[in-house]
Amino acid sequence: MLTLLFDGVAYGMLLFVLAVGLAVTLGLMNFINLAHGAFAMAGGYVTVLLMNRVGVPFLWCLPIAFVGVGALGALLERTLYRPMYAKPHLDQVLFSIGLVFMAVAAVDYFVGSQQQIVQLPAWLQGRFDLAAVGIGKYRLFIIVVCAALTVALQWVLARTRFGSRLRAAVDDARVASGLGLDVNRIFLLTFAVGSGLAGLGGALGAEVLGLDPSFPLKFMIYFLIVVAVGGTTTITGPLLAALLLGIADVAGKYYVPKLGAFIVYSLMIVILVWRPQGLLTRAGAQAGGR
Amino acid sequence: MTLVAGNLRSDARWRGWEIALAIALPASWWLLPGQALLASEIAILALFAVSLDLILGYAGIVSLGHAAFFGFGAYAAALFAKHVQPDPLLGLAVAVAATAVLGALCSLLILRGSDLTRLMVTLGVAALLYELANKLDELTGGADGLQGVAMGPLLGRFGFDLAGRTAYAYTLVVLVLAMALARRLVHSPFGVSLQALRDNRLRAASIGLSINSRLVAVYTVAAAMAGAAGALLAQTTGFASLDVLAFHRSADVLLVLVIGGTGYLYGGIFGALAFKLLQDLISSWTPQYWTFWLGLFLVVLVLVGRDRLIRPWTWWHRRP
Repeated sequence: MLTLLFDGVAYGMLLFVLAVGLAVTLGLMNFINLAHGAFAMAGGYVTVLLMNRVGVPFLWCLPIAFVGVGALGALLERTLYRPMYAKPHLDQVLFSIGLVFMAVAAVDYFVGSQQQIVQLPAWLQGRFDLAAVGIGKYRLFIIVVCAALTVALQWVLARTRFGSRLRAAVDDARVASGLGLDVNRIFLLTFAVGSGLAGLGGALGAEVLGLDPSFPLKFMIYFLIVVAVGGTTTITGPLLAALLLGIADVAGKYYVPKLGAFIVYSLMIVILVWRPQGLLTRAGAQAGGR
Repeated sequence: MTLVAGNLRSDARWRGWEIALAIALPASWWLLPGQALLASEIAILALFAVSLDLILGYAGIVSLGHAAFFGFGAYAAALFAKHVQPDPLLGLAVAVAATAVLGALCSLLILRGSDLTRLMVTLGVAALLYELANKLDELTGGADGLQGVAMGPLLGRFGFDLAGRTAYAYTLVVLVLAMALARRLVHSPFGVSLQALRDNRLRAASIGLSINSRLVAVYTVAAAMAGAAGALLAQTTGFASLDVLAFHRSADVLLVLVIGGTGYLYGGIFGALAFKLLQDLISSWTPQYWTFWLGLFLVVLVLVGRDRLIRPWTWWHRRP
């Protein structure tokens, strides 16, 4: 029972790191980016390819995945995404679905459609018992890394100058730029960090979630759930939603495997109908679409 | 007659190309005898896309889960034929009615919230039905699909043949009837009020339009039409599989509609034609990776501007 909870928390933390970039893109730029999963997949493939073909140790792959995918995100933001911000939501949806289709087919072409396997280092394999709770070492590792990232993110957002600029831009981009903030640069940096985090999440999650070219499509709905349910104005909202989703998914698949993802989807629809703007919303922030 | 009334009436008038289309559609049955299979696929996709146009182009609801209704109609028709009665017309009516009920129920979910919320809810409903069809394998056959659906002859006389001539005539008739219905609908006061609430919901509400009841109504009609398209597919192929509910079907129909253009009702037909021919062409050239080109096309389409792509004469002008 507690083991299940533990696994659920690990899964939820992973989903949070994967989706937090999307939360920022949606909240900050009001941009529906369905291609977020493609960045996560890129991170996963960077890790797998570096480990299996070049022999880079696993721990080194994680920062490389973060930086590499972040750079890719920055490049795409600058070239492709920026003209999209002002377009209607339908255009954004079409554009990002197009990117997903391209990413899926391209990975299929270059790497192949088979499931990729990550060979974890020996000290991360296996599990141990702590007060009768079976704890997978790798799950624990994921929780520790993700928790550290969450604390760091929260600190950056709440305590640093960049964080307050970002929050200002989230609340009202026009006024923020009127006050002399370079909103475009904030967007670029945030987008890069967000996609980098997705890449890192993909690298961490390749072993847990499985990695094949259909990854962005398979998990797209999960990322969107995290963001839509959690709301886009706080960082605690998506965190809560991700934990809820992770625990519900793991527990649901364990206790009623017949229903599968059914529980998750119904839960999402109920929550969204009950609170269309997400679980936690901050007073004063611009709510919803334009 | 006031100016406004005159304008509205002239919008509703039959145009030359509309009449030409109305002649060309039935004529294609005689003109393309060898292509009936592909042609009925196109007609079904067109019907599906037109149903999406009702909610997207006229009511402004971005849906990523329209396949929910398509798939529900397909399974309803296939199950009805297998377990109750093999008559196609009766099956179509049952499937349409069942999908309309589902659409009415789902429409209650999309009344609140932003575009993102609606996107998620529609996506979630489709995913939910997909899971349901996957898990209820005694009823639906699960991942293997629902096999052994034997359709009775149409009107008791015309059996479905291998060349698909009967099937094509059947889908064409349904498509033309549905188009006539949709055309009547969007030029009615109801249709005009839909466009009003699409353009500005607040203003529409403040001149006294009841937004929610209109959204419920149009969503139900669109769902029923999508259900009809799904039922046609299941009946003409005698098969229903999980594929009818899959995400890519929702994405494809969105693409079809966008290629053809939204908000003038015929976009679905032109889009379906272009999409299927394009798909046929590219997948004969590179069968496995054709989604890459599809994706590239989408990206370019949006970057160029989707209202400009179908009007090539605007390419060389700067946008105002």
